[in-house]
Amino acid sequence: MPVSSLTGTDEATLVALSRGRDARAYSELVRRYEGKIFRLAQHITQNREDAEDVLQETFMRAYEHLDQFQGASKFYTWIVRIAVNQALMKLRRRKSDKSVSLDETIDTGEDTVVREIAAWDEDPEQRFSREELHGLLDSAVQSLDPLYRSVFVLRDIDDLSTEETAEALGLSVPAVKSRLLRARLQLREKLTRFFKRKGDDAFAYL
Amino acid sequence: MTPLLTCKDFLKDLNDYLDESLGAELRARIEQHITECPNCWVIADTTRRTIQIYKGMDPYPIPSDVESRLMQALEKKMAAKQR
Ligand SMILES: [Zn+2]
Repeated sequence: MPVSSLTGTDEATLVALSRGRDARAYSELVRRYEGKIFRLAQHITQNREDAEDVLQETFMRAYEHLDQFQGASKFYTWIVRIAVNQALMKLRRRKSDKSVSLDETIDTGEDTVVREIAAWDEDPEQRFSREELHGLLDSAVQSLDPLYRSVFVLRDIDDLSTEETAEALGLSVPAVKSRLLRARLQLREKLTRFFKRKGDDAFAYL
Repeated sequence: MTPLLTCKDFLKDLNDYLDESLGAELRARIEQHITECPNCWVIADTTRRTIQIYKGMDPYPIPSDVESRLMQALEKKMAAKQR
């Protein structure tokens, strides 16, 4: 069977074939998600080498443990969970920082305080080249706490639902919601520095 | 009459408002609030645009060297499993 004949195949079929150790079917699954997993791993580890390790380990492990995959969730949600765990392990090892964890922490609500409010230009992106814009958007995400970053990337960049994000990160739905709100508000504030209308000064909220 | 929303209430429901997962009544109250409160209008507008900008980012493709190393590693693994 030529490789190209699998490109239109639905995911459930590819997973079933891969379980039967069909290398072509699994390669097709990998091709569908490798870019997203690599980007996610880069966002969490903030390091290209670590991200590549995470990418390889994720798809190796997934292949080994395919029989543990329950068809009830999406394949992508399942591998994201593997990738996030691998990426956090890397972070911990590199920083030897035990505080890096996705465990639920007490929600103090402190970060939802909005400090800066200024209207944006009509098309503020036009002020920047594609490369500048990419760099600016990436570094804003990178400056978020890893907990918020993972939630934001899955929910708003990868377009997972709140429930899928919760499942992938092993968090409760309310925890995902409160982290997403903080991530969005923090990013909004960071981007405001670049996108605010010229001449408008930020003023304090309330 | 239902009491007016405070700015704090608005922030609490901002996500659901932007994700369009609010009931009609609460949605109307939020819309009412942002027409009367310029600060919250700015927050709703700029947060919505923040999300749109990120969603609209072109996915950068995986670098080809990274992909070919991944495929090589997997081929080895899959060949070993098949035996
Ligand atoms: Zn308000």
